[in-house]
Amino acid sequence: MLKINNLHANINGKEILKGINLEIKAGEVHAIMGPNGSGKSTLASVIAGKEDFEVTEGSVELNGEDLSEFAPEVRAHKGVFLSFQYPIEIPGVTVTNFIKTAINETRKAKGMGELPAKELLQMIREKADLLEIDRKFLSRSLNEGFSGGEKKRNEIFQMAMLEPQLAILDETDSGLDIDALKVVANGVNKLKSEKNAVLLITHYQRLLDYIVPDFVHVLYNGKIVKSGGKELAYELEEKGYDWLK
Amino acid sequence: MELKEKLVSSFLAFENKGNIDLDSTVHAIRLNAIQNFETAGFPTKKDEEWKYTNLKPILKEDFILFPNAEKSVGFKNIKDYLINDIDSYTLIFVDGEFNSFLSETTHEDCDVCVMSSALTRPKYKMIIDNYLNTIANKNNSLSELNTAFVKEGAFINIPKNTIVPKPIQIINFSTGSEKEVLLQPRNLVVVGENSHVQIIERHQNLSENTTLTNSVTEIFLHKRAIVDYYKIQNDTNESSLIDNTFISQKQQSVATVSTFSFGGKITRNNLEFYHEGEHITSNLNGISVLNEKQHVDNHTLVDHKSPNCESHELYKGIYADKSVGVFNGKVIVRQAAQKTNAFQQNNSILIDDGATINSKPQLEIFADDVKCSHGCTIGQLDESALFYMQSRGIPVKEAKALLLYAFGNDVVEKIKIPQLKTLISKLIAKKLNVQLGFEL
Repeated sequence: MLKINNLHANINGKEILKGINLEIKAGEVHAIMGPNGSGKSTLASVIAGKEDFEVTEGSVELNGEDLSEFAPEVRAHKGVFLSFQYPIEIPGVTVTNFIKTAINETRKAKGMGELPAKELLQMIREKADLLEIDRKFLSRSLNEGFSGGEKKRNEIFQMAMLEPQLAILDETDSGLDIDALKVVANGVNKLKSEKNAVLLITHYQRLLDYIVPDFVHVLYNGKIVKSGGKELAYELEEKGYDWLK
Repeated sequence: MELKEKLVSSFLAFENKGNIDLDSTVHAIRLNAIQNFETAGFPTKKDEEWKYTNLKPILKEDFILFPNAEKSVGFKNIKDYLINDIDSYTLIFVDGEFNSFLSETTHEDCDVCVMSSALTRPKYKMIIDNYLNTIANKNNSLSELNTAFVKEGAFINIPKNTIVPKPIQIINFSTGSEKEVLLQPRNLVVVGENSHVQIIERHQNLSENTTLTNSVTEIFLHKRAIVDYYKIQNDTNESSLIDNTFISQKQQSVATVSTFSFGGKITRNNLEFYHEGEHITSNLNGISVLNEKQHVDNHTLVDHKSPNCESHELYKGIYADKSVGVFNGKVIVRQAAQKTNAFQQNNSILIDDGATINSKPQLEIFADDVKCSHGCTIGQLDESALFYMQSRGIPVKEAKALLLYAFGNDVVEKIKIPQLKTLISKLIAKKLNVQLGFEL
């Protein structure tokens, strides 16, 4: 599904990603771990199409199609979803209106009509229940005054609504207490299927107790220095990152 | 003939035509005002207060000063400009003349009627003598011009302990059936102790001809009175408006004026608050959403004369194309006005390179134990918010529109009449090309 070939990326002339190779197949869960500043979030942003980064070499392909020329919204329409480490507050736009706009724009891009309000409402209720989100929460301004946990839960709620092929969860566990983490992980697990894939980006092995990865990759200084199964995460937890340098 | 000469020379004929007693206060007020106007003339860009707004191009027209009312205006012509889904009193003026057929007035618990009747009926003489032109700024030659020709407008008199049960809509239409039209509505609002009223004012040109409106409104709040005054400015690109609004507040009263500017050629709002007692609250809210060559100038003054009062001012603007915004917010805190809380905020977003905002906070503080703040931001849209929205599949154009809509939202949220809030939301969304969703 996702194929990253020798990806190099710069920001303000400084090289952050120095040749990443990664392949993710449908139905798989991959985790990328690594110390601060290793390029984890940059990788997530580059896949999603953030324009601050300049791709100098290599490619990102989704289902055989090179994404490099596509704007972030087009990538989203093609099935890429990025859950932000720090979701942006947008006062004045309610969660519901935001998600409605996102869904209908995606449908428009696919040549489909707007989702009828009744179906949308039903879907909103279903997914909100899945993530144990209070209905009142949905008429609040997007992320404004949300706690860290609420913001992350809201990200996964949007993911549930948009049903992406590839979900990239950037530090979704940070700022979550253990109960919220369980709810979020449970949501992600329920949304998993043979047709989609998940890329988890995390510092800690904690999240991986709840969302079990098929593969774990260690990113260090802009490169994947080691890949393995889920047991690699435990090894990292025990030994830290120093032994890989 | 220049407009000024034309106005001055028509004054005598205007006075003779009316049925105002030559011994009356009104006559004296008019006479004094025309003399002041003749001396001062129209303001020019050389006046500090008019540095960023040039009236010259709009004063060149050969205006009809006293247009005849267009008889053919019916409900179907005007209904789009009324808020129809609320029960309200309505005062409809067409080309400066009151249209009783389209209006709904009252004299039951309060007077919601017209200036022409108040000026001539003995019943209202006391109110006219006590209030008319007592707070209008004599140094404002445009206000003086309006006063010289004071004749018609809204007359609202709320006795004490009265909550007016429904909002009052004041709408001034111009039909331009006789080409360029100059309109000078004059409103007087007197609100007694403990009384409450909500007013919505709008000016609308129904033709493609040029209209210039020079409006004056004086509002008096007695002790603990509450007034919510909303101005909808969404006129055609051939219409200009000079709005002069003066507010006098007694102790513990709360006056809120919200100005929504979405259209018109040149709009100038002179909004002045004068405090005459303690524990007064003045709220000034505004949002301008402009494009093409539209020009809106918000000139505000809050004069804190007594202790323990507060003022809250929030003006937001979104400027596209070659539109121009001006914000000049003057706050005076006089020596006696200790424990004043005065807050002022002006936030603007410039969408296009050709758009301009001139923002000028002006605080003159003579008391030492006060809390005053002012903030002014001029910016573009938040890139990280745009990326966030794009990453969810919202194209950049729609994302921008949604962010702009959201930017103005805190001003919209302050509207206390739900139907008006909906209307303003819709007008902003339309102007920004945003498709509004629904609420759960």
